[in-house]
Amino acid sequence: MTYTHLLHLALPEVIIVITSVIVLAVDLLILRNSATKTRFTAASLLATLGCAAAICHLVYAPQRANLLNGVFLSNPLINSVQIILLVLSIFILLLSSDSTFTDHVGEFVTLILFATIGMMFLVATEDLLVLFLSLELLSLSLYILTAFDKLNPRSSEAALKYFLFGAMSAAFLLFGFSLFYGFANSTSFAQIAAAIHAAPLNPIVVIAIVTTLVGFGFKVAAVPFHFWAPDVYQAAPIPAATFIASSSKVASFFIFFKFMTIALNGASGGAAWMHFATGWTPALALIAAASMILGNLVAIRQTSVRRLLAYSAIAHAGYMLLAIVAHTPQSLSALLYYVTTYALTTIGAFAIVGVVEQQTGSDHLSSFNGLSRRAPILSACLFVFMLSLAGIPPLAGFFGKFFLFVAVISTPGLVWLAILAIAGSAVSLYYYLQVLKRAYVTNPDDDAPLKTPPFTQLVIVLLAASVILFGCVPNLLIH
Amino acid sequence: MPFLSILTALPVIGAILVALTGRKPKLARILALTFSLAALALTLVIALHFDHASTTLQFQERHAWIPALSIEYRLAIDGLGLLMLLLSAIVVPIGIAASWHIEDRAALYFALVLLLQSCLFGVFTALNFIHWFTFWELSIIPAFFLIKLWGGQRRTTAATQFLVYTMVGSIAMLLSFIALFLATHSFDFIELAHLTQANQLMPAVVSTLGTHRFLTHHLALLLFAGAFLGFAVKVPLIPFHTWLPAAYSEAPSGTTAILTGAMSKMGIYGFLRVLLPIFWPQMQLVLTPLLWLAVATIVLSTYSALAQTDLKRIFAYSSINHLGYCLLAIFAAAKFIGGDASLTAEKYAAINGTLLQSFNHGLTAATIFWFIALLEKRSGGLRGLHDFGGLRKAAPVFTGLMGIALFSSLGLPGLNGFIGEFLIFKGSFPLVTWATSLSAIGLMITAIFILGILQKVFSGPLHEKWSTFADLTTGERLALAPAIALLFAFGLYPQILIAFFNTTTMQLVNQLKF
Amino acid sequence: MLAWTIYISFLAALLLLLLPKNSAAAARLLALLAAIAGFAVALTAFIHHRTGELLTITRIPWIPSLGIEYHLAADGISLCLVLLTGIVAIAGILFSWNIEHRTKEFFAFYLLLIGSVYGVFLSYDLFLLFVFYEIVIIPKYFLIAIWGSTRKEYGAMKLALYSFVGSAMVLIGLIAAYVTSGIHTMSLTRLAQAHFSPHFQLMAFPLVFIGFAILAGLWPFHTWAPTGHVAAPTAASMLLAGVVMKLGAYGCLRVAMTLFPLGLSPWGFHILGLGSWRDVFAILAIIGIIYGASVALVQKDFKFVIGYSSVSHMGFILLGLMTLNQIGLSGAIIQMFSHGILAGLLFATVGRMVYDRTHTRDLNILGPMNLNKAIPFAAITFVIAGMASMGLPGFSGFVAELMILIGAWRAFPILALCVGLGILIGIVYVWRAMQKAFFADATHGEAVTNDHHTSSTEALPPITLPERLGALLLIATSVTIGLYPQILLKLIVPALNSPLFDGIRRGSWQ
Repeated sequence: MTYTHLLHLALPEVIIVITSVIVLAVDLLILRNSATKTRFTAASLLATLGCAAAICHLVYAPQRANLLNGVFLSNPLINSVQIILLVLSIFILLLSSDSTFTDHVGEFVTLILFATIGMMFLVATEDLLVLFLSLELLSLSLYILTAFDKLNPRSSEAALKYFLFGAMSAAFLLFGFSLFYGFANSTSFAQIAAAIHAAPLNPIVVIAIVTTLVGFGFKVAAVPFHFWAPDVYQAAPIPAATFIASSSKVASFFIFFKFMTIALNGASGGAAWMHFATGWTPALALIAAASMILGNLVAIRQTSVRRLLAYSAIAHAGYMLLAIVAHTPQSLSALLYYVTTYALTTIGAFAIVGVVEQQTGSDHLSSFNGLSRRAPILSACLFVFMLSLAGIPPLAGFFGKFFLFVAVISTPGLVWLAILAIAGSAVSLYYYLQVLKRAYVTNPDDDAPLKTPPFTQLVIVLLAASVILFGCVPNLLIH
Repeated sequence: MPFLSILTALPVIGAILVALTGRKPKLARILALTFSLAALALTLVIALHFDHASTTLQFQERHAWIPALSIEYRLAIDGLGLLMLLLSAIVVPIGIAASWHIEDRAALYFALVLLLQSCLFGVFTALNFIHWFTFWELSIIPAFFLIKLWGGQRRTTAATQFLVYTMVGSIAMLLSFIALFLATHSFDFIELAHLTQANQLMPAVVSTLGTHRFLTHHLALLLFAGAFLGFAVKVPLIPFHTWLPAAYSEAPSGTTAILTGAMSKMGIYGFLRVLLPIFWPQMQLVLTPLLWLAVATIVLSTYSALAQTDLKRIFAYSSINHLGYCLLAIFAAAKFIGGDASLTAEKYAAINGTLLQSFNHGLTAATIFWFIALLEKRSGGLRGLHDFGGLRKAAPVFTGLMGIALFSSLGLPGLNGFIGEFLIFKGSFPLVTWATSLSAIGLMITAIFILGILQKVFSGPLHEKWSTFADLTTGERLALAPAIALLFAFGLYPQILIAFFNTTTMQLVNQLKF
Repeated sequence: MLAWTIYISFLAALLLLLLPKNSAAAARLLALLAAIAGFAVALTAFIHHRTGELLTITRIPWIPSLGIEYHLAADGISLCLVLLTGIVAIAGILFSWNIEHRTKEFFAFYLLLIGSVYGVFLSYDLFLLFVFYEIVIIPKYFLIAIWGSTRKEYGAMKLALYSFVGSAMVLIGLIAAYVTSGIHTMSLTRLAQAHFSPHFQLMAFPLVFIGFAILAGLWPFHTWAPTGHVAAPTAASMLLAGVVMKLGAYGCLRVAMTLFPLGLSPWGFHILGLGSWRDVFAILAIIGIIYGASVALVQKDFKFVIGYSSVSHMGFILLGLMTLNQIGLSGAIIQMFSHGILAGLLFATVGRMVYDRTHTRDLNILGPMNLNKAIPFAAITFVIAGMASMGLPGFSGFVAELMILIGAWRAFPILALCVGLGILIGIVYVWRAMQKAFFADATHGEAVTNDHHTSSTEALPPITLPERLGALLLIATSVTIGLYPQILLKLIVPALNSPLFDGIRRGSWQ
């Protein structure tokens, strides 16, 4: 194995790195004195091109490789997850092309690209060390992105909160990983799995599992590690919030699933109702249940749409954790379908919140009053996104839930979790409808049409169309 | 030719046409009268073609209707049906004539009357329970609205009472027949009667539905009670009668004429067509209480009539009384079903008497209410017993003709009221002596209050207020003449009527192994 | 061909959204044409239907990895209900002719609802059925929340949540069935022959049945119905009571009872005299009949009377289903049809003819307005609808109730007597409402009445042509079915004899 070989394998990631350098250079050297808006447009277009190139490479020159016993992998599944991540990044980039909230355009876009790189490595590894490194790359980028709206003190506050929580959870994660290393003498998932198989539920393993769960729980914002989420969702600049809510979720859940099922398969235990067996599934089942209950119930009381989306994200994290609890091949594909469509939907929803916020200055529910008459197309898209989040057919969200529940119920003993989840989604309809009620039922306070940037509108419509399309023809996504 | 279907449809067509006349009351009433007379003519045609001697059902029409429930469209008449058809065909024109003065929404009024007539024809010809029940129930609606929209002061209460009572009865009856259907898979009156005859009906019912100890023992009686309730309310039998005085007195007189003249006969018809052939074993079981009810009906109703001062209420109670005789005869006849063969002649007389009585009461009562309508028209709505006096002097023709009708009601020999009561008493006395004897009290009291009316309203000094009381006009005289003529005709030659149903009665008696 | 009922509605809904602003008249016309086209398609299928045939319309794989198909088909039962939907849809549009506020959106939601209802009735794949079933919830919510009256947002939300909870229960049941069967299919016909274990069926049956029955207004889960009906605009109440509640009943029969027939078998023990889910639901149905009727009897709000009457009538349907014999089941389906028509007619009278003119639904205020003279057409329509709905012979309601009663007599003789009581109360409340609203006596204070007569009554606008047409359509349908129910029975009875219902017919507990 040579470095050329390595570079060749990691070409998509390399492309993104180069793109980020170009973006930075172009922005700082050439467009320094142009209007913020132009700079944003140029930077995000460049970044989009880079991502597109990476996607092309992944599609047309797929690789199969397993470097250094799992340090870097490439196979069709990983490639497709990477493609999904890149596509999501493209959407986020396109949506931020109209932003004006900062002067440091190049840095902002570059950070998004860095985060993307982090995610691409994250999903492509089966090694604790690389996992931690790429996770930190991702997280650090996100902390900075959150704080990027320097004019808004709440943005910094949220970023600080995010950072402190994040740092602590990183410590937990690292502690857990080190225990695993000490236990198995290796950082490779496979070796750990073998070691655990030989001696399941060694006290060290138990501690390691607990700390790891804390770390991942923080990343996916599951109860009780969710406190940062509402603040970050509410105060971060829209593109950053979108990023945290969508693609970072995809990557985190994927690697979470992989780690739990590959490395810790021997210690899974059982989460069947009244028949709990020691292992990580019962713990995770409780986390999932708590997230679903708390997320859905607290969301009902929210008046800020962003916070509402944050709590709903917690609830959705709960649903997705079910797939990990079930840990079957079927549940992996259900999880991927779910998290992807969820990410698409969330991007769309946040984009609309962004537009509304820009025009009315607030993301309060009342800002959405009469949206259907002020911006019919936008509110039609909102209709699609909200109902998809609520899980109404024939939208993508419904099929995601359906596959997920089928996977969960297929696993013996998990019906109780499915029932809880379905009950939770019934509750969730209430608050999603609250948003739609504002848009469709309540009369507008101000009749002036909302000015939506045409390009943003196009992207939003595209997202809505894809949500409908994946809903009607779910086969497109199921590999 | 499907005579009976045409006969039933004719008033409906009339009703639609009348309803379309809109705000032309004159046109509406003439059209309505024309249609009712046409129906009468058609009935007479049917009567002429009716084979008196035949024991089979005539003018039969039979088609599949709802095969899933083995419900058929089955129409036919025997003597009993024909008699009732004739009665309805005669009474409805009287009712229309008695409503001649109605101006308010006349089109609707006469349309409803014609609808009511159609329902009457339907009830008297249908032989399948569901088909029959359809008309039985539908008849309530026009009657209800006739009372509700054109009635007197307390019309709402009256109409509602009428409705609720009859509906309760109907539902009870429906439930009973559903039970019979489940056991036999038939809704056909004739078939059900055959099954009773063969002593298969109730055993079948009990074996199908007797899942419960209570049901096994009491089901038959329960079903009888259901059906009985339906008819007893309609006739009515005390204590199911309380709706009647209010309804009869609040309804416009023309409507009352039809209610008492024809609609109450639906109950009698039901007793003869349905209860007696299908449920006689149960009837025999509870015969004594039934006879008590009949006696109570006969006697108490006359006492109540005696206490009334409103002419319409008096005749409402009198109607209860007259139909009480019919029920007495029916119960009496039921007593010896399958028993003593020697009493055939008595049962035969009782049943014939019942038929005659119901026909003649219908005719007489309708005529009396027609007179009351004329009286009300002249008095501006007054009809109290003490509101008048000495009308004989102001309106001699009116007094004379109404007197005839009153005497007919009293049962004076030579008039039509006599023969029916006579046959009933003749037949019932040997069968149930005690009950018949007690019932005779009713006869006496009837005489008392009828004579009281004659005295208080027509004789005595003429009240000044009524000095201008107009006698009957020529038109009214001409209109009344046929009715009065019929009172005499059927009184003097009851054979005209008996000829129609004699064979049917014989057959009924034979069929029931009298 | 029949699938076009769905597509036409959805397409028209889409077209409506694309219409330019301020084109209310065009929107109405377009909606009406779409509804008529849908009905025409249904009617054609009805005429060409051969007795007992299961008409497969489309069957293509949809999500092969889960064995889910896009399978549309129709047997006699579906056809009946599709026909009902067509009729009620047309009538609903005719009675919404006066909607001026956001007209095209109204009709777009309306047609979306109609299309999904068609979809439910035509789906033979459970997944597809569920998809359509859920789509129904959304337009329902908005129709009420935007165009409703009296606590509309509350009513709409309650309705949406109840339906959603119901469908959540159904979803759990369906997934459980799918997973347990192990045959990797959502096809109704194949799952019906999957032979689930009796134990599983006893668990799954109540779940799915209640899930659907919530939408059918099963007592005690009925509370959404009166509030929802009252809050809804006329056309939406017509659809809600007319067809949407039927979706629930249809689901009970088509899904719960065919998939889990053994769920109705005895438990093997008794609690309070109840020995099976069948007993439980029969009792609930009867409580619903009597409770709905009794509550309707004391309402002051005209529309609440009708709202509760729906609960009562839906009780008949559920009772009919629980009889498990052919007559009772046929009766239940005819009652679905009949109640669909009659509830539509009643709501149209109350909501459109009366409320839109008088702006009150308080029976005590309506009384002195002397409405039988002011708007005689409304009075006559209500009398006819009321008579039909109380089960007077000659109208569709009678046939349905008769058949259910027969079925009930056979299955639960004692309970049948209670049903008799329910019918009786039914008569009384209809009569009470009719008297109070249309025929109240003018006796208390002639002067007051006269004042009303000159001021408000005279001002009432006359009944319009679309209203007359709509009312006539519904009345004619009810009378036709009442006089000749064979039209529907010849579709229903062979369908009930089809292999799909083997489980119910075979039931060893009978």
